[in-house]
Amino acid sequence: MPPRKTAATTAAATGKPAANVSAEDLKRYYREMLLIRRFEEKAGQLYGMGLIGGFCHLYIGQEAVVVGLEAAASEGDKRVTSYRDHGHMLACGMDPKGVMAELTGRIGGYSKGKGGSMHMFSKEKHFYGGHGIVAAQVPIGAGLAFSDKYRGNDRVTFTYFGDGAANQGQVAESYNMAQLWDLPVIFVIENNQYAMGTSVKRATKSPDFWERGVAYGIAGEAVDGMDVLAVKAAGEKAVAHCRAGKGPYILEVMTYRYRGHSMSDPAKYRTREEVQEMREKRDAIENVRQMLLTGGHASEDDLKKIDKEIKDIVNEAAEFSKESPEPDLSELWTDIYADTAPQDA
Amino acid sequence: MATEILMPALSPTMEEGTLAKWLVKEGDSVKSGDILAEIETDKATMEFEAVDEGVIGKLLVAEGTEGVKVNTPIAIIGEAGETMAAKAPAPADEAPKAAEKAPAAAAASAPASVKVDRSPDWPDGTKMKTQTVREALRDAMAEEMRADDSVFIMGEEVAEYQGAYKITQGLLDEFGARRVIDTPITEHGFAGIGVGAAFGGLKPIVEFMTFNFAMQAIDHIINSAAKTLYMSGGQMGAPMVFRGPNGAAARVGAQHSHDYAAWYSQIPGLKVVMPYSAADAKGLLKTAIRDPNPVVFLENEILYGRSFEVPDVDDFTIPFGKAKIWREGSDVTIVSFGIGMTYALEAAEKLAAEGIEAEVIDLRTLRPLDYDTILESVKKTNRCVTVEEGFPVCSIGNHLSAYIMTHAFDYLDAPVLNCTGKDVPMPYAANLEKLALTSVAEVIEAVKTVTYR
Ligand SMILES: Cc1ncc(C[n+]2csc(CCOP(=O)(O)OP(=O)(O)O)c2C)c(N)n1
Ligand SMILES: [Mg+2]
Repeated sequence: MPPRKTAATTAAATGKPAANVSAEDLKRYYREMLLIRRFEEKAGQLYGMGLIGGFCHLYIGQEAVVVGLEAAASEGDKRVTSYRDHGHMLACGMDPKGVMAELTGRIGGYSKGKGGSMHMFSKEKHFYGGHGIVAAQVPIGAGLAFSDKYRGNDRVTFTYFGDGAANQGQVAESYNMAQLWDLPVIFVIENNQYAMGTSVKRATKSPDFWERGVAYGIAGEAVDGMDVLAVKAAGEKAVAHCRAGKGPYILEVMTYRYRGHSMSDPAKYRTREEVQEMREKRDAIENVRQMLLTGGHASEDDLKKIDKEIKDIVNEAAEFSKESPEPDLSELWTDIYADTAPQDA
Repeated sequence: MATEILMPALSPTMEEGTLAKWLVKEGDSVKSGDILAEIETDKATMEFEAVDEGVIGKLLVAEGTEGVKVNTPIAIIGEAGETMAAKAPAPADEAPKAAEKAPAAAAASAPASVKVDRSPDWPDGTKMKTQTVREALRDAMAEEMRADDSVFIMGEEVAEYQGAYKITQGLLDEFGARRVIDTPITEHGFAGIGVGAAFGGLKPIVEFMTFNFAMQAIDHIINSAAKTLYMSGGQMGAPMVFRGPNGAAARVGAQHSHDYAAWYSQIPGLKVVMPYSAADAKGLLKTAIRDPNPVVFLENEILYGRSFEVPDVDDFTIPFGKAKIWREGSDVTIVSFGIGMTYALEAAEKLAAEGIEAEVIDLRTLRPLDYDTILESVKKTNRCVTVEEGFPVCSIGNHLSAYIMTHAFDYLDAPVLNCTGKDVPMPYAANLEKLALTSVAEVIEAVKTVTYR
């Protein structure tokens, strides 16, 4: 199933990057999207080897969403998302080694191995998680935006959530307060068509998620999430809206996940053909690759070089995540309270 | 370079599986994402995809093979033109090696708690004033808001209405709408916004009109606020206060009378405060606002109007984890907190008239909890009765009983008894409501039981 709302002729379809995008930018997006894909493939592999445990939700297929939006962000902007968070962390500049080592539950991970795949944070990169409760990150994102508005700066918060999360009550609550208080928050609905095994049409009769904002007076639009340039352009519009003090903005980004919901999902709720169709005809990375080649911005050799660089980074991250030791047993009792040691009850 | 493809774990619990079907054959070129095989786990049949590009060299495990252990090499993949022999299967065990040393005893248990602190809450001769709990709470917030611009309060009716229970009276006038914020009726949402604001570096006070309504927000209190410091490896947490009236008021029925003391006290990462007096309400709320952790601050509507002596000084705080002994005695220890103290103190007066001297301890904070003061007292009196209004099952009293049994068993001359609310939803009828709560008579009876009088 192709995304329902896509621009008829996107940059990807014509092979020409938009006028305001340089070849360098395009190469950067290619690189960033590829890093996420290769990283996720490696994570899947390590999971298969038993080095990663529990739940592990891969971002493969959705790379253009976060890379496009990060391209629209500025230093100091904040981001928060769900458990499907590896791509967001890599895209905002977090170290692949620290992310992978958290997946393997090692001391070198961003949370010292105590958070896992679904719960990671980076104060330095203004990445506020990594949340395992579907939609809990939505009011949290509004609250982060509240803190910026309270301080009177012009930062914005990117708050990512899924099509499944969009049906949670706290999303409606957050829309209402964000608009009431003009909070500088961009609600990014990553509509990958499925919430675990439940397709959008089996979850709602009102499938145009961005339009729900209209009821609260929030501006928004749907975007082709398989086109990194379209995502970036929409992101820039949303950021400008928020920075101008006009309150929140909703972006419903139409995307698709190629892998199962988590590593243990046999994905019987959709056909192999549906997945293959998206992979072969709509893949965001392949689209940019074609743009680079047909536009004469890069040769096959240039791209091979990038591929190799990315492979090295990912392999290095995987090595680090195996070599980094497990946390010391004393870590069980740290980080429970910021000031005091826990009591022995 | 030839690499082995290993039998993958395809669920959090999978240890082995059936290689149901190969979808490639030797010599096939594959690229990342191509489906190599179907593998049956204990739960489902899953497709297994290639990660690397290459040519399938050898299939090492025939389709239909059952019981293939995770990490067993099942195929060899290499670059085009390469000849591939199966490597001697290396023990495919890359499981973590680190930290396999036996758990050191010290590391495997929580650090020991601090020792008994008997220092007075304020120096002798401190000027005092009479205040209600309500006024004390308001003053605590106003003083902290004056001192720190990052402190703000949000909740239903806290600003223009001046507080549903008038705890925030006057705050809007002094601090303005930026810092005293009326919310819509949307507990789940504004609790989450409060947590986000705390992640963003502010120090929110989130007022719940009553804690009954915080049940709609409990996910953010526990999952978002209490656990984040740990889940982030200490990088960020939620320095904030969730406060409001808790427990039974009067004649408001089952949905408006719930005491959550035991619920929140179960959660590592939260601090839990339940004051009785006005001085404690003030001193502990100021400490709560300054605390770098999420604090659940449980007030009581019936206590709001009670007056107590409060130190009349500029900056007065009470530390967490320090119980207060309201009355010394040698015959029995009565432990309580919050409104439970009204039963405890009245019972102690009446018992004294009968010649039984009770030591009455007000816990004041439930997390951290001043275990040392309780143990010290029980070792002296050899008997203990706990008093609270909450439900009996898994109550604070149950926990204290277990703790005392574990740490002072040899000192006990009688079982620890728990006076609690009854195990029923709160009824509306006046006589039944009275019966559903604990009572002075029950406390007296319990004390007589443990003192064998
Ligand atoms: C409150 C809550 N309910 C249920 C779950 C289990 N669960 C985890 S992810 C998920 C599906 C969410 O789908 P969506 O929001 O579309 O995000 P996606 O996984 O597609 O990125 C469910 C039901 C949960 N983690 N939290
Ligand atoms: Mg989804």
